[in-house]
Amino acid sequence: MKPLLEVKDLHVSFHTQAGVVKAVRGVNFTVNEGETLAIVGESGSGKSVTSKAIMKLLPEKIATYDSGQVLFDGQNLLEAPERRMEVVRGSEIAMVFQDPMTALNPTMTIGKQVAESVMKHQGLSKKEAQKRAIEILELVGIPEPATRVNQYPHQFSGGMRQRVVIAIAIACNPRLLIADEPTTALDVTIQAQILDLLKDIQKRMGTAIILITHDLGVVANMADKVAVMYAGKIVEEGTVNEVFYESQHPYTWGLLKSIPDLDAEEELYSIPGSPPDLLHPPVGDAFAVRNEFALAIDYKTQPPMFKVSDSHSAATWLLHPKAPDLSAVIQVKERERVAVAKKRNRLIADSSPIIQVKDLQKHFHLSGNKQLRAVDGVSFDINRGETLGLVGESGCGKSTTGRTIIRLYEPTGGEVYFDGEPIHGQLNKGQENRMKQKIQMIFQDPYASLDPRKKVLDSVAEGIDIHKLATSPKDRKDIVQNLLEVVGLNKEFMNRYPHEFSGGQRQRVGIARALAVNPDVIIADEPISALDVSIQAQVVNLLKDLQYEKELTYLFIAHDISMVKYISDRIGVMYLGNLVELAPTKAISERPLHPYTQALMSAVPVPDPMEERDRERIVLTGDLPNPMNPPTGCRFRTRCPYAMEKCKEIPLWKEAEKDHWVACHLID
Amino acid sequence: MMSNNSVKEYEAGLEDLVEMEFDENSFEVVGYQKDSQEIITRPQMSMFKESWIRLKKNKGAMLSLIILSILIVMAIIGPHLNEYSYEQTDYDKVFQKPSSEHWLGTDRFGRDQWTRIWEGTRISLYIAFLAATLDLIIGVMYGAVSALLGGRVDNVMQRIIEVLVGIPNLILIILLIMLMKPGIVTITIAMVITGWVNMARLVRSQVFKLKTQEFILASRALGASNGRLIKEHFIPNTLGLIIVNMMFTIPAAIFTEAFLSFIGLGLQEPLASLGVLINDGFQAMRNHFYLLLFPALVIVGLMVCFNLLADGLRDALDPKMKK
Repeated sequence: MKPLLEVKDLHVSFHTQAGVVKAVRGVNFTVNEGETLAIVGESGSGKSVTSKAIMKLLPEKIATYDSGQVLFDGQNLLEAPERRMEVVRGSEIAMVFQDPMTALNPTMTIGKQVAESVMKHQGLSKKEAQKRAIEILELVGIPEPATRVNQYPHQFSGGMRQRVVIAIAIACNPRLLIADEPTTALDVTIQAQILDLLKDIQKRMGTAIILITHDLGVVANMADKVAVMYAGKIVEEGTVNEVFYESQHPYTWGLLKSIPDLDAEEELYSIPGSPPDLLHPPVGDAFAVRNEFALAIDYKTQPPMFKVSDSHSAATWLLHPKAPDLSAVIQVKERERVAVAKKRNRLIADSSPIIQVKDLQKHFHLSGNKQLRAVDGVSFDINRGETLGLVGESGCGKSTTGRTIIRLYEPTGGEVYFDGEPIHGQLNKGQENRMKQKIQMIFQDPYASLDPRKKVLDSVAEGIDIHKLATSPKDRKDIVQNLLEVVGLNKEFMNRYPHEFSGGQRQRVGIARALAVNPDVIIADEPISALDVSIQAQVVNLLKDLQYEKELTYLFIAHDISMVKYISDRIGVMYLGNLVELAPTKAISERPLHPYTQALMSAVPVPDPMEERDRERIVLTGDLPNPMNPPTGCRFRTRCPYAMEKCKEIPLWKEAEKDHWVACHLID
Repeated sequence: MMSNNSVKEYEAGLEDLVEMEFDENSFEVVGYQKDSQEIITRPQMSMFKESWIRLKKNKGAMLSLIILSILIVMAIIGPHLNEYSYEQTDYDKVFQKPSSEHWLGTDRFGRDQWTRIWEGTRISLYIAFLAATLDLIIGVMYGAVSALLGGRVDNVMQRIIEVLVGIPNLILIILLIMLMKPGIVTITIAMVITGWVNMARLVRSQVFKLKTQEFILASRALGASNGRLIKEHFIPNTLGLIIVNMMFTIPAAIFTEAFLSFIGLGLQEPLASLGVLINDGFQAMRNHFYLLLFPALVIVGLMVCFNLLADGLRDALDPKMKK
């Protein structure tokens, strides 16, 4: 195979007000024709910067290419004039961006946007370009392309828009496609469609793909070769099998182990700490301070790339001939983690329900007498000390359910009981205060969930102030210090402001704030979906620890079903405002009964290349119907592979097996 | 370059590495360093302190701040620095050139120009203070209440604002003059009626944006009352916007007063306002240019400095707004 793109010793810096940020520090890789290279890394690792540097798309005023080469077909693009780059961009290298909502021009028809690059690069006339646009749209799976070319982006759903973005990228048959987190903004069932589409295009057109992602499941599914980036450097690269099964770098080990595996009985592995600030890159190996196997030399000298095989190399001193053998140490650590997990599991779930939700409804009134039935009759119990997971795609009403229980939204109908007492309807001041203390919430976005103008001390102490739980200012301070220690933060951080923290640290401040009022129940609304993989594991472990120590009950709302499976005792699956299945985790992951649950489970890519290759995937066709006007009867019937005449009736919510509830006509 | 050399070093061949000399203990497992994992390298400071540092870097804004301070101090002590009062006439000494007796000369009635200019500056600063207070009290409250209550109340409150915006200021003042004498009271009333409208709209949109933020939801989930939300979250988070907008309203208000006085709808003789002084100076411009020069300099100074300071504050308080 011929190398198509070679990146050699690329260094990129950003000149910011605070100083020079060395975002990419010596990156080398090669992409051959027709193959897929996945670049994996956490936010801030420099993976997106690398991809933009290839296209020379970084802002000119602040970004500089300090050294290195980007050889595309033998030509160094870093030295190519802007004229040449205009030809390269689009016609030879094309890019697919993360967010399909902002990647399209809202005032131009879809057809024009696709035709634009064809007209520019291939010199086709308007009419020919339009015809070509229709062909391409058909290729990327847009139904009725001839009529849809004349529509505007807002008339397309998120998944369809991403297809259009891909159509624009491949319109000129580029030889290299750079996909920067192409599915991160999409739901899992849509993600499965888009990944299949990318693979299909690659097969038909022989395009090489650079896939930038943080999701190791997607990597296992798509990649031929993998490069793992950390702090602006590639720390390990190799074929997908080599990196997944014979990884050499401790960071890669950490990443792979921090993804939950249902059969594993040990505690979820988490890489401690947060990534370094590249304003002051550390001496030696940037990962050393977070590496439990760090050698003395790691703190002094950066490790070179050691070759493991022809295609596999890693930058760690552990590969030096003089390095010690770690297999014994690793085994000990593994056993320790199993012990921790076992200790936690001793918490016996009391079977009495602490929260009972009966036929909960929340309808939003929109302009023009329209009504959005976000939650439409949901019933479930949460038992004391257990974790109930609630999963579903965006817009299914899972977050609204959580917010309605805690009465951030006034319920339209239905009943909610806490400890046997009603917390719906009119409450007096005392009842309301008690409820707001006993049920607390953790939010999704660690950047928006803390008041930027408040010190951490005051943010955490908010509940203490409202419910007057502290006897003196000193007492208040002590409580906060204690809480910060409980969530694993340095108590010195008390006087700092949120913008000085990383995402994971902020999320822990948010957890401390919720714990401050000694709640019994915590509703966690997508608490990890905005965090990096290694940080997700930290937060999940923290939540599990807290549950054990403080006997908490969780309602864990998330769209990432693998994490939900790991943390939950029971799982509820929601679709368009209804609960479609509710069962213990083991039952639901081994034998999902509802076709939607089956599709949802199968759509999630697992970080195991062999399994991904052999797996038969149920790919749902079409998009989520408009929630304003859901299908009658069973709401899933428009996408259900087993839909039948009877599905026009509303299915009953019935107990198919013990504790396994489902709403589907297939189950009688 | 340093980095280039070190990079070459790492890329030395594997054979060299094996032969490279290492310390005895180089390959001992020492594990991670707990303390440096969560280290925060940025210095500890509040957002307002950071803004102050950014403002200090802005030379124009700092110069404006100094000039404004001088003007304010002079407005307070200026009239007391000599023995004349602003309305004291002396028909023996009309149209005097600046001299040691009358520092900035005298006007056609022999009144001391120095004293009159600082009296006029006082009026301008009173108007500035009034505009700021109205913005703060009526504008901020109106906007915050409108956004917080939302729904029908918000709808009615916004329609009222639209009506007020629709009436031009000049018409309003002319109508008021039909009822009252022209003077500072009339101008004050006119400003009370319409001066705060822009602030109310800005605060409303900001509060609307904040209302759905997760930290507000978190606060409500903890049981915070509306009063607490306003005091603890909404006001601190809109403060930057409020300050900046206020600083832009002030020069506009100063100019409006001066303009009204200039065309004779504002303050009347013998009261001194910068507008009145400029009008006097304008009539005597050909022979006695100094009568126009000094009041013009003061008002230009006030306007330019307030605008530059407002600009600087906007960049300092919200660096994202800067392109």
